[in-house]
Amino acid sequence: MTDMFPLTLEQVIVRRQRKLVLGPVDLTLDQSGLTIILGPNGSGKTTLLRVMHGIERINAGTISWAVDDPAKHAFVFQSPIVLRRTVSENLAYPLRLLKTPPQNVRAAVHHWVERIGLGGVRNSPATRLSGGERQKLAIARALIRKPEVLFLDEPCANLDGHATREIEALLQETAANGTRLVMATHDLGQARRLARDIVFVLHGKVHESGPAETAFSNPKTSEFAGFLRGDIVT
Amino acid sequence: MFEIMEGLKSAFWLVVTFDAELWEISLRSLRVTLTALLVASAIAIPLGTFLAVQRFRYRRTIISFINALMGLPPVVVGLLVYILLSRSGPFGVLNLLFTPTAMIIAQVIIITPVIASIAHQSMRELWAEYHDLLISLNTTKGQRILTLIKDGRRNLLTAMLAGFGRAIGEVGAIMIVGGNIDHVTRVLTTAIALETGKGDFALALGLGFVLIGIAFVVNIAIHTLSQTEREGRW
Ligand SMILES: Nc1ncnc2c1ncn2[C@@H]1O[C@H](COP(=O)(O)OP(=O)(O)OP(=O)(O)O)[C@@H](O)[C@H]1O
Ligand SMILES: [Mg+2]
Repeated sequence: MTDMFPLTLEQVIVRRQRKLVLGPVDLTLDQSGLTIILGPNGSGKTTLLRVMHGIERINAGTISWAVDDPAKHAFVFQSPIVLRRTVSENLAYPLRLLKTPPQNVRAAVHHWVERIGLGGVRNSPATRLSGGERQKLAIARALIRKPEVLFLDEPCANLDGHATREIEALLQETAANGTRLVMATHDLGQARRLARDIVFVLHGKVHESGPAETAFSNPKTSEFAGFLRGDIVT
Repeated sequence: MFEIMEGLKSAFWLVVTFDAELWEISLRSLRVTLTALLVASAIAIPLGTFLAVQRFRYRRTIISFINALMGLPPVVVGLLVYILLSRSGPFGVLNLLFTPTAMIIAQVIIITPVIASIAHQSMRELWAEYHDLLISLNTTKGQRILTLIKDGRRNLLTAMLAGFGRAIGEVGAIMIVGGNIDHVTRVLTTAIALETGKGDFALALGLGFVLIGIAFVVNIAIHTLSQTEREGRW
């Protein structure tokens, strides 16, 4: 199904207010896999994800997909954005934009609202949901268009163990169904549980990238080795 | 003092007995103001929302200009509309001077900047909240504007309320362009001015009661509406 990959970033640079925020980054993401972007606060994880999704202006370099179709990517933001509508209407929104026939919208909304366990509050304002529920809603709303690639920016930050497990299960199911996941986190445990590939960023630069197994057991750079040991990398 | 007490008493009777003249004037006031409100809102709401979502060269200038127009003295608006509509003016052939339409035109000019400015303010906040999601979903300009208007309707209602309050209580401009003609262009405010001048405090006070009543009812209605919105019973 996925003919969008590989995604290639070449010499990508992002500057904001004369500060180098990201880059130069060279990176290739292949068709299959679940990539975890690791790095401490302020290292550039969010910026890198946004660049890949195409919603962050770059100052130099190129980003190229084998075949790009913006309707086939979705993004879940670091702090979930919830529309001032009901839970159901939040889920329906991306489909309505595509002028999906009402009966298909209804069926998809029904499926997802049950899948994330919010069936009981489907007609309540989404703005009243808890942090974990909002996050699940944001993920379901991103998945409702059946994207080929889903970018997630720390979807489990601020969530407790139970909510994190639920979301990880949903993500693993999504990946198993063939959606390519690219996810930022600074939770090493989560990275070890989910990652097939690792991208480690520090100060806007990629210091390590490759299969998770080798990266974890045999880090190539001292920065990533330090990060794995739990050192405070600066 | 005695005169005022007498005035209050007969004003009360005029109101409770649905005095024909009072009724006619009140209805005309409502019709003129509501029409002006609809026209002004149809211009101001899309304009304010557009200015919130679209960046372009003269955006700041236009916003400053609209804010400046808010301070335009109504009497001057009346004068300008009078000149434009008078027999020798550019729109003289339309024969609109001293008609309710002329009053509506003047009111539209007075309240459009008010509604646009308040609408822009709140739409900007909502846009900041929704921006990333709407960009990520690859929405068109039109879809962005419609989404903001739909989800920000409570704030837009407040903007309209401000416009209504300004228009229903306006006297200077509509006196000039309407002429306060009995059975044609006499509305609550112009009638109050006239009756006060003639010393007929009873009718003037009765009209005043109605004017206050209308403002009060509209405020309560909007407040109730926004209350149910806030509690999320949409
Ligand atoms: N528009 C901007 N203007 C100035 N600085 C910016 C801008 N956007 C990002 N930055 C800076 O770029 C750096 C990287 O930010 P980014 O949000 O990508 O980090 P992050 O790895 O996602 O951090 P966190 O783990 O805290 O979410 C930060 O130092 C941030 O302050
Ligand atoms: Mg981040």
